[in-house]
Order: sequence, then C-alpha cells, then structure tokens
Amino acid sequence: MRKTIEIFGKIDGITILLYLFLVFFGWINIYAAVNNNDIVTSVFDLNTEYGRQLLFIGISVIIAFIILIVDWRFFDTLSFVFYGIGIISLIAVLLFGVEINGATSWFKIGSFTIQPSEFVKFTTALALAKILSINKKGVFSSKSMIRSYTIILTPFILIILQGDMGTALVFTSFILAFYREGLSGNILIVLLLLFALVLFSLLVYPWIVAVFCTSGILIIYYFSSKRIRSLKISFIIAIIANGIIFSTGHLYSNLLEPHHRNRIDVLIGKNETSAAANHLKQSEIAIGNGDWFGKGFLNGTQTQFDFVPEQSTDFIFCTVGEEWGFLGSFIFLLVFTTLLLRIIFLAEKQKSQFCRVYGYSVACILFIHLIINIAMTIGLAPTIGIPLPFMSYGGSSLISFTILLFIFLNLNSYRMEILR
Amino acid sequence: MNNHLQKRQNVIKGIFITVVIILVSRLFYIQIINEEREFSSEVTIKQVAARGAIYDRNGKLMVSIQASYDLTVIPNEVIEFDTLRLCELTDLSIEDFRIKLKKAKDYSKYKKSIISEQLPNKPAAQIREELNSFKGFDTKLNIDRNYNVDIAGHIIGFLGKENEDMEGKSGIELSYEEILKGKAGTKVMLVDVLNIPRESVDNGDRDIDAIHGKNIFITLDIDLQEYAEKLMQNKIGAIVAIEPSSGEILTLVSSPTYSPKDLIGRERSKNYTLLCNDTINKPLFNRALNGIYPPASPLKIVNSLIALQERSLNKNSHIACNGGFLYGNNKILKCHKHPNLVNLKSAIYTSCNTYFCNLWESFFDKYNSVYKGYDVWKEHVESFGFGNYLKNDFKSGQKGYIPESSHLDKKFPFKWQSSTILSMSIGQGELNCTPIQMANLSAIIANRGFYYIPHIIKGIENDTIPSRFSEKQHTSIDPQHFETIIDGMAQVLSDIDGTAFGHGVKGLSICGKTGTAQNNHGEDHSIFIAFAPKEKPKIAIAVYIENAGWGSEWAAPIATLIIEKHLNNTISRPILEEKMINGNLINKE
Repeated sequence: MRKTIEIFGKIDGITILLYLFLVFFGWINIYAAVNNNDIVTSVFDLNTEYGRQLLFIGISVIIAFIILIVDWRFFDTLSFVFYGIGIISLIAVLLFGVEINGATSWFKIGSFTIQPSEFVKFTTALALAKILSINKKGVFSSKSMIRSYTIILTPFILIILQGDMGTALVFTSFILAFYREGLSGNILIVLLLLFALVLFSLLVYPWIVAVFCTSGILIIYYFSSKRIRSLKISFIIAIIANGIIFSTGHLYSNLLEPHHRNRIDVLIGKNETSAAANHLKQSEIAIGNGDWFGKGFLNGTQTQFDFVPEQSTDFIFCTVGEEWGFLGSFIFLLVFTTLLLRIIFLAEKQKSQFCRVYGYSVACILFIHLIINIAMTIGLAPTIGIPLPFMSYGGSSLISFTILLFIFLNLNSYRMEILR
Repeated sequence: MNNHLQKRQNVIKGIFITVVIILVSRLFYIQIINEEREFSSEVTIKQVAARGAIYDRNGKLMVSIQASYDLTVIPNEVIEFDTLRLCELTDLSIEDFRIKLKKAKDYSKYKKSIISEQLPNKPAAQIREELNSFKGFDTKLNIDRNYNVDIAGHIIGFLGKENEDMEGKSGIELSYEEILKGKAGTKVMLVDVLNIPRESVDNGDRDIDAIHGKNIFITLDIDLQEYAEKLMQNKIGAIVAIEPSSGEILTLVSSPTYSPKDLIGRERSKNYTLLCNDTINKPLFNRALNGIYPPASPLKIVNSLIALQERSLNKNSHIACNGGFLYGNNKILKCHKHPNLVNLKSAIYTSCNTYFCNLWESFFDKYNSVYKGYDVWKEHVESFGFGNYLKNDFKSGQKGYIPESSHLDKKFPFKWQSSTILSMSIGQGELNCTPIQMANLSAIIANRGFYYIPHIIKGIENDTIPSRFSEKQHTSIDPQHFETIIDGMAQVLSDIDGTAFGHGVKGLSICGKTGTAQNNHGEDHSIFIAFAPKEKPKIAIAVYIENAGWGSEWAAPIATLIIEKHLNNTISRPILEEKMINGNLINKE
C-alpha cells in the first residue's frame, strides 16, 4: 500500500481520459440501442441493460481504483497464481458452465452471468510477461519458446473447447508482442502470406491462385541474387503453397463447423439468404444510414427498431455508425487508436521487460478486439462474437478490460522503481 | 536495451494505423459513397378508399359501406387462451380453428395471418373488447358493401376481389367503377424488425391521402322497383320503366332475381355458386338488358308510323279482316276474333293482323324493288333504337337483331319478296329485340317521335353525368303521325274491343299495346308496352313475361299496376294486384 497522493501524480492521465471517454460513449450507445421510446424507465433500472451497465461501470471504477493503490509487486509475484486460477476457472466452466449462443463460456450466478475467458485475457498477459522477463537466455531459447507457447496455447485450446472461436482468436494477438521482443519479422510475413493464400483460395478458383502463386515463386527465383538462390528450397515452397491452395477448399468444407463456414460464406458473398447474411446486411444498412453526421442520438431508425441483432453487445458499433455518422465513427476510431498508441508509447518507456511485455500485450489484445469487432460489423470479417472493448454491454468484458488496462497503468506508475 | 528491437515499435504502430485506416475507408464507403440504401425499416401501407354510396332518384340510400373485420393472428405472440370462447365468437368449430391456427403457424410465426374472414360486426366488436385475453390475435378492418335494400340486385351488381381490392363486377358497380372506387392512398411507416408499423416517416409528408369514391344517385325509384319485383315474383321475364321526358330508368326488373345481400360477407361464394348453378331460371342473367325476344304486336305501331311517314297508308280507310290474310301460294296469316271492318285506329286496339299485313304489302308496293323498300323500312326501324345497344350506361346488353337484306338473301336463297317476310309486319319472324328497347319504343311514342337514351345514372357527387344522356335522339318519324296511333293505344284499354280492355285505371289515361309472342320455348310470351298519362307522359313501360300466354293476361295488368303505383301511389284494384303477386308461372300446378 502506498500513499494516494504519490500514485495520482504518476498515473497517466491521458489514458484515463481516453478510457473514460470510451466507457461513457459506450454507455450512451447501449442506452440508444436498448431504449424503447414507448417505455420510460430510470437509467438506474437494473432490469434494463443500460441500468446494469451503469452498475458495471461503477464496479469497474472501484476495481480500477483498488488496482491503482495496490503495490506493483502484487501483480508481479502473483502472476502465475492468477494464471492458474484463470486456467482452473476455464476448466470449471467447461464442466459446470451454461451454454449461451452455442458457447459454454458462462457461469450463472443468480441473474448475472460471468465469462471467465474474459478474465483469462489479462492473467495470460501477466503470465506471459512474467515468463519472458525471468528468462535470462532471451526469448528464443527453446526452453523459453516452449514455456511461452504453453502459456498461450493452454487457454487458447480450453476456450476453443468451449466453442468460443472469437475469444480464442484473441490469443493470436500475442504474436505482435513476441515480435517486439525479437521474433523474426519473416514469421509475420510468412503468416500474412499464408493468410492471403487461404483467403484467395476461398475467393477464386484454386487453380488460378496456383498459377499466380507458382509463377510468383519462379519470378522471385530468377530475380534473386545467386547467393541465396536455391532451386531445392523454391521447389519445396511451391509444393507446400500449392498443397495449401488445393487443400483449402477441402479443409474448409470438412474441418470447419457449419456455422463458422456459413459466416465465412456470407462474407465472401456465397450466401445471401441465411440469418447470418441478414445480420450482416442489417448491420451495414444501419451503419450506412448514418451518412456524414448520423441520425442523432435516439434517432437511428434501424437502431431504434431493433433491426440488428446483438445490438448492445457485439454489434454496438452499428448504433455508433447510425446515430453518430461517419464523423462520430471516425472520432471513436481516432480515440481508440490514440489509446493504443499511448499504451505502446508508455510500454516503450518501461525499464523492465515484464512491464513492457505486459504493455504490448494490453495493446495487442485491445487492437485485435477492435479490428475484429469493427470489421465484422462493416463486412470485412466474418461474424465473430467478440466485444468492442469498453463499449459493448457486458459486465465480464468491461471489468476484465478495465483490470487489463489499469494493471498496466499501475505498473507504469512505478516505472522509475522497476528496473529489472 | 536492444536498439534495433526498439525500432520495431514503429512497425507495430504502423500495423495498427494501417488497419484502422482500412476500417475508416470501409466506413467511408458504406456511409458516404454507397448511396444504395435499402431501408428495410420503411413500409408503405395502403390506405383504403371508401367506396361511394348509391342513392335512388329520391335520395334514398340504397348502398353504403360497412366495416367488417377479419380475425388475424401472429402465432409467435399467442399465449394460452380460452379457445372455446374464441371459437364461439368466430362461429368456428374447435377442429377448424386448430387447423387454421396451424396453417398460420406454418406460413409464418411472426407475420399476420387471417384466421376468420369477414366477421359480422357484433362478434367482431365483442372480440375487440376481449382482445386482452387473446394475446397475439387482432382484428383487421375491411370495407365491404352494405345494402339498405333487398332489391335491384341486377342493377346494383356485385363486387369481386381483384388483387385484394374489391372491384365492381356487374351492374352499376361495374359501370361506375372508376367513380365509385376512389383512389387508395399510401402511408409510409417505419416498421420494427418484426414488421410491425411503429411510427410515421417525415411527419407524414410522403403520405398520400386516400381519395374516397364519389356518391352517385341513380334514376331508379326504389319503391316502384320493389313493387315491380314483387309483382314479378315466381315469373320469368323483365320489366323496364322509363321516364319519357328524360330517358331515366325508373324501374328495371329481371326475374328471377337475387338479393344483393346474398353476394357479400361470408356466404358470398356459397351463394354465388348456387346462383350460377341454377341454369334453369338463370337468376344472374339480366333479361331486361340481355333477353332476346320477338317485339311481337307492339311492332305494328312502328310499321304503321313508317307507313304514315312514307305515305303508303291512308289512316282513315277501312279494310275487312275476314279472319286472316291470304298470301303467296294459298297461305294464310290468321287473325283473331274482332269486328270485321278496321281502320288504323281500330286495327291498333284490336291488333288486327290482316290490317298490318295489308299495310306491309302496300308499303312494299310503293317501291319497285323489295330491297329498296326493305332498306327504307330498316332505316326507319333502326332510328327507334332497334338493332343497337342504345349506348346506355350498362356494360352488358344485346343489340337485338334487324336482319340486313343480305342476311335475308342467305336465309331465303330463292328470290324473297315482302310476303316472304310477312311475319315481320306483326313483329314476329326474323327480327328480335330486348325489353329495354321496347320500353324505349314506348317512350318514343309517348314523346311523339324522339327519345333520350335510357340511362341509370342521375347524378354524381361533384361531377356531371355524361352529356349524351341529355341529347334528344330523333326518330325518322314526324310528330304529327303519332296522334292517331296514340288514340288507338288509349282505346286498347278503354274500348270494349281493345285487347287489354278492362285493365284501364279510372282517372288515368293509359295508352298501351299488347303483344303475344310466339316462340320456340313453349307457350307465348305475354307482352305489354304502355305509357301514361296520354298527355305529358310520366312513365313508359315494357313488360315481358315468358310463356305466360296473351299479353292481356299477365303483362297488361302488371304494367298498369306499376303505372298506377307510380302515378297515384295507391292501387285501386287490390284483387287484381293480389292475383298478379301470387301468380306462379315458374312452377305451374
């Protein structure tokens, strides 16, 4: 415990302001999304989503305050304990949890539900930061590699077992934190190429992709310098690439679950009639309806008449798009991006690797939520159910994002003292 | 620390910013560039236009509109309810009700389906009152016809459903469809995701108000119509009564008829099928407009007028009847019993066949060619409106038939003469006509030579009726030729030798002419045309009663009763009236 005056001098005010803006703006949009003009209720009414979200905001603020006054060693020392609790709760939810929207990710306590996978995000980030910081041999010793991948893959697999692909996907974002700590940039490029290959194989005829890909490899082979030119390696790459191209379709139709396939079909325009297609269509209509300046608070027709399902949770951005227009959406993205850049800026200032890795993890987790969530509402990604940080309705997500961010702010406030 | 790794923060920032720029671009496309917006939240709701009402000539309401209700259901919203009570209110059996509910569910859980159509007002009101206990059910307003009268089914016509709208299918409903129906409006509403209208768009600026149909007044006198229909019950035939000074149709009866009330509401299709299937009495067939009959003896008047106009007849000279007219190869056209010596006037009231055969022959003698004579005759006849639709305001009708001479060439391949078609002189043979044309003939005689097109429309709210109905249509006969004829027609009822003697009404100078039409379908048709009073006539009438025998037996009394009713509004011959009303010519015992 330390003196309060001391803390607040060192807390990063800009981040807190950005955080408060997003939470408040989020609440306004939840109010608009669930508000029913016919029925007037108090904003504190716990029967409404906005009433409950107000409660969650209150809890978040209290938790944030507690986190800020706790000594940083608390998180450093207990990071593996937190991680362990997180993993146990993930296993427990598989056994005792309730199923909502096809994923067994919730504990039900009274009328409230808790989603442990939300909290595992920050426990994993803490554990990852810890494991990378205690490793003196550097990130890329094989021992360190295996440990850190285990840290990430354990919750990843457990969450996939829950049937929650969206949350599992979040854990892939740690790769950027790895990159910062020294992972080869080539791996990022290879992953990107792999992603592009799979995407194009789905979008156009595989043999067209194969022709382009093979000729691409040939061109690179001829124009590369003699020193690194290797027919054998080029040949192997071409074989692998073509293997991927021609097996994508097969894997796609046999490996993926039907509802996941369906959502991707919708995105690439192969399915225009399903409920998922309608969901995407309604979402785009709502956002498109916003024009430059939006319809105004509580005036979005698509929003007010509940055309978009999941409007207050995963599709909260539709309300932003319709009622606040392009300008409002732009400002929102600007604020969010500023927050991300601010976190990276602060992370770089850290003297300890633990704090820096944690900072990057926070930025990456928030970033992947942002892009997947927004991209799905505007038809750039398949419908993946993950919340928009600080904005979407939901206690678990708001509180866990608050904890995630404020642990970093706590660590940041100690940055002069943490040298390791 | 590793400096080169520190620089990697820029790569990561770069990735963040690039991705956000991609998102912003996509947003810019969706929100600003892409103007193709499909507003699934807007629906256009039809605003029903009320159909115009129909009044009779005296402003009595005949046809108005009424609201009826359909019981609808949104299956998804239904919670447990008292099925028995709802079945009772809708008059459906529980099985039927379940089947209908199931059908609605199969169609859509979220959309409205109709459970029970056109509920009568009373149970519908009861259901609306108890709607709270039937969650998911609702009533939907329908505008339907309401008939204040039980008569004039043929004239009013009926409505049928066309693309969800009720449309006139016959009678006035069809003739004045455009005026009566009005124009449906539209209301643009915002609907929620379950397609339930929630509020108006743009303060209703884009709404188009429904223009209600105009009310119309028709020329019918419903009291007279009702009386005429009563007289015609259990008889097959037609009556048309016209006001000669205007061409307005006072009464138009086709018997057997049907009540317009049969063709609305829930029983409509059942009743319609019954009416259609009655191929013996053909109640849907409007005999007054479409019935083809021989003109019979009343045509003798037309032939006399032509002969007078063409100066082939001396109206004062007498001929001897001798019981028939000899012609051709020892053939005889018989006459009935009456004083032997007749001139034009007495020939008319005795309806002497011999006289008119003579008249026919001497008319043709004037021309050196039978074709010339026939064409002159035909032209005169056609000026009376025969062989034509009369351009009235009914969408159904028949021309009747006045043969072309070329048709006669075909029918009589050998050389035909005036005597070949001698039966035309007494209104039989090749030619035929409709009851409305005969009523028009009666009006022409009453007017001494001209007519107004018989029509049913008297006035349109905020509009005018077609001008052709106020234009005098002249026949080719000069007025002075009518007087002798009219005197003769008056004596039809008043002279002891008149064919309808005894049917006159004290104080009324009725002019008439009987007809007895031979036909292929059994006993002769009983025909009577008449107008009254003799000076300044107020009503001209034609009565056709199928297979009823002599004109004087049924047609003449019925015609005179209607005239008396119209002019005096009382009946001085109750026994005759009762006999006529009770007479059953359809199921003769």
